[in-house]
Amino acid sequence: MQTANVSLEDLQGIVGEEHAREAAPEDAVDGATPSFVAEPGSVEEIAGLLKLASGAGLAVAPRGGGTKMHLGNPPRNLDLIVSTARMNGVLEHAAPDQVLRVQAGIGLEGLQERLSASNQMLAIDPPERGATVGGVVATNASGPLRLRYGTIRDLIIGITVVLPDGTVAKAGGKVVKNVAGYDLGKLFTGSLGTLGIIAEANFRLHPIPEVAKTVVVELESQQGAAEAAQAIMHSQIVPSAVELRWGPSGKRLAVLVESIPGGIGAKAETAAFLLKPFGEVHTEDGRAEILRLPEAGENETIVKITAPPAELAGVLESVSRAAERRGLEVRMWGHAASGVTFAGLSGGGVEALADFVGEMREIRARRGGSVTLQRASVELKRRAGAWGYGGDALGLMRRVKEKFDPSGTMNPGRFVGGI
Amino acid sequence: MERTQLISTMESILGPEGVIHEREQLRTYECDGLMNYRVIPDLVVLPESAGQVQQIVRVCYEEGIPFVARGSGTGLSGGALPVESGILIVLARMRRILDVDIPNQRVTVEPGVVNLWVTQEVASEGYFYAPDPSSQLVSSIGGNFAENSGGVHCLKYGFTTNHVTGAEVVLPDGSVAHIGGGKAPDEPGYDLLGAFVGSEGTLGIATKITLRIVRTPESVRTLIAAFEDTEKAGGAVSGIIGSGCVPAGIEMMDSLTLEAVEEAVHPHYPECGALLLVELDGPEAEVENQFEQVIKICEENGSSEIRVAKDDAERALFWKGRKAAFGAMGRIANDYYVQDGVIPRTELPAVLKKISDLSAEYGLRVANVFHAGDGNLHPLVLYDNNNEGEAERAEELAGEIIRACLEHGGSLTGEHGIGEDKKKYMPDMFTADDLNVMQLLRCAFDPHHLCNPGKVFPTPRLCAERPGPFRVHPLQEAGLAEMF
Repeated sequence: MQTANVSLEDLQGIVGEEHAREAAPEDAVDGATPSFVAEPGSVEEIAGLLKLASGAGLAVAPRGGGTKMHLGNPPRNLDLIVSTARMNGVLEHAAPDQVLRVQAGIGLEGLQERLSASNQMLAIDPPERGATVGGVVATNASGPLRLRYGTIRDLIIGITVVLPDGTVAKAGGKVVKNVAGYDLGKLFTGSLGTLGIIAEANFRLHPIPEVAKTVVVELESQQGAAEAAQAIMHSQIVPSAVELRWGPSGKRLAVLVESIPGGIGAKAETAAFLLKPFGEVHTEDGRAEILRLPEAGENETIVKITAPPAELAGVLESVSRAAERRGLEVRMWGHAASGVTFAGLSGGGVEALADFVGEMREIRARRGGSVTLQRASVELKRRAGAWGYGGDALGLMRRVKEKFDPSGTMNPGRFVGGI
Repeated sequence: MERTQLISTMESILGPEGVIHEREQLRTYECDGLMNYRVIPDLVVLPESAGQVQQIVRVCYEEGIPFVARGSGTGLSGGALPVESGILIVLARMRRILDVDIPNQRVTVEPGVVNLWVTQEVASEGYFYAPDPSSQLVSSIGGNFAENSGGVHCLKYGFTTNHVTGAEVVLPDGSVAHIGGGKAPDEPGYDLLGAFVGSEGTLGIATKITLRIVRTPESVRTLIAAFEDTEKAGGAVSGIIGSGCVPAGIEMMDSLTLEAVEEAVHPHYPECGALLLVELDGPEAEVENQFEQVIKICEENGSSEIRVAKDDAERALFWKGRKAAFGAMGRIANDYYVQDGVIPRTELPAVLKKISDLSAEYGLRVANVFHAGDGNLHPLVLYDNNNEGEAERAEELAGEIIRACLEHGGSLTGEHGIGEDKKKYMPDMFTADDLNVMQLLRCAFDPHHLCNPGKVFPTPRLCAERPGPFRVHPLQEAGLAEMF
């Protein structure tokens, strides 16, 4: 098999015979089937692959754990998947300095387990099982803990990237505080593989809190949900997460508090006191099951809506109404104090879903925020666009893309504005 | 454009009171907080609105005039040093707080707003703005934004970049873009805001900045602990961090620094070889428990005296000495040079030893002030400008210190920025490829190299561009830069 001027042997010449193969049907991305999959074992091998691919005009998709390959618009072209699966090592864990350097392909769960031996963690908890650290960075994945620790952009302190022409560059370093040079770590965070391949990344770590409790309130109304979230946000308990679950199986707000044994009781009691006016409250030890993010059902479309957090009631109400009007079933969940709400929609066709997305985008354009497709059919993505970016920085984003990837090699078409 | 014509163009945008062109008045702006470098700008302009900034930049773009933005001018790396034949855009008149949104925990300000004003604005609502550089009484949010300023509480709360959520920026071609979600998170697209914060004024000028404010902690406890030497104090720092506690701040001062601050502001610190200042904040029960533990760790590491602040007044006194440390050097030396290296915390003993050896070798005293929690060292190299050659030796010594930081896995700068001052050391920390790739970003924002040119990067690289408003770059013509 041959794509453009590149053969499997060419790829094998770079990564070794056993690490490049012809693609299988399950390697397809949104219906686009690549020709090859290569698994480089070093930064140099990534550079070799990208240099070859960009020179030959191939379209490349980077892949970590493959848990978010559905994110973004369907690829315009796809010839080669570069998997980071073999680049899964810890380069350095300086426990007393609370700093970590890893290769991008390392799995997050295994890494957390390893770090826990030193009572430390990478303070990020995205829902996907099997995600790699590089994938988390590239997709800016996050979870409930973002309230306390921020998202991965707030934790990354250094990065090594490979550009499509094979240039290897690093930025940042392995100290938490550092303002030398441009912060390319943040530029690559959430760039969805469109600027180059993240080969290595450095992070600051946090101590694992000794104890946790989850305080849950059974909500009675949308307004109650918003007011309960506000009550916690403006308290002094420093919550680690404020999570909303809103659907047929219950309407709840769950507050995670973490502390030392001498401090946890007071935090949980204050949370319970603050939540009491909004419904029945109960407290569980530890990080309760309710904080696990729901998994997408089969054929469920997941739309992510961001808004100023004080607009939570308005978001819940507008989503419910817009879904109802189109005969869509809907459940919602989200990071209530961070302004992130997910709507899981089922029971409707592409037309109804696209309409729903359009209505939500119209509201957010007026009131601030965004509406993106997290999980959707190729048809819906083609119809509505995965991102719906309506800001005035698209020209600038295109210029950034043009500078980093002038050959258009990396994940063409998947990002905002067709980048 | 002739200078007189340029002056009248600027006056038509800003009015005569918004343009400074008399040489004696221009001299006021010849340097920022780092006084080793001085350049008198061609013109200083003082816009009062984003629209005026945009018009100024558009003229610069069309005429190929380089420009530099300046806030309060407190920067310590020469980031706001004017460029010759360039315009200095001073944002100090843009000092309105535009929006205070407590429910969403956001404040939107103009760039000239002083850091401390943000906290003052929201304090009565139980909020504060966390990044608190020692210059916070004077330094502007726009300058903090450009430099990604830190502060004494950033170990726990993060840096400016973690507290800016959106900005309106005027790009070097005079167009306006809004980057970052502002009040809503996770805006789709590249994190241009993340790239922009800390870019030292080389990517454009922020005209509106949205900040995250943080709920005031329920309880704050502060102590000072005296140690025989910096090594013992360093042991206590490792012990505190290793216990799983994230203090709001841990500062260390060595004996020379203590001598200077005692003379300058009389904090009546205990006499010792090294002093730690530790602050914890958060929910009361948590803080009380952890504070007991911190005291125990200090004792275990040989602290000879521990004082706990009884009230806000005493806490303020503890901090007063620390915050006055740089200025206090005037009491024990004619001149000083501030370094801003970062090292992994655990390398502290080795690096302090190296600094002490270098100090002996150069015959110059070095005082050490240290954000101990995050490994940010501020060695102050003391010298006397009246002694011939001493300023050069001081700078050379400072350079050796920064190289030592790099050798121990650290960074050139933790919070002061590269600016004009440290760009020559960039190749010690980054490869040519690293620097070239960073400059790709520069080329996307500022292809004609007009926006704060010559800062950050040792070798300006020009960007391969389709013919723009002008063709040959003056730097290229003068043989000072090469095409990229």
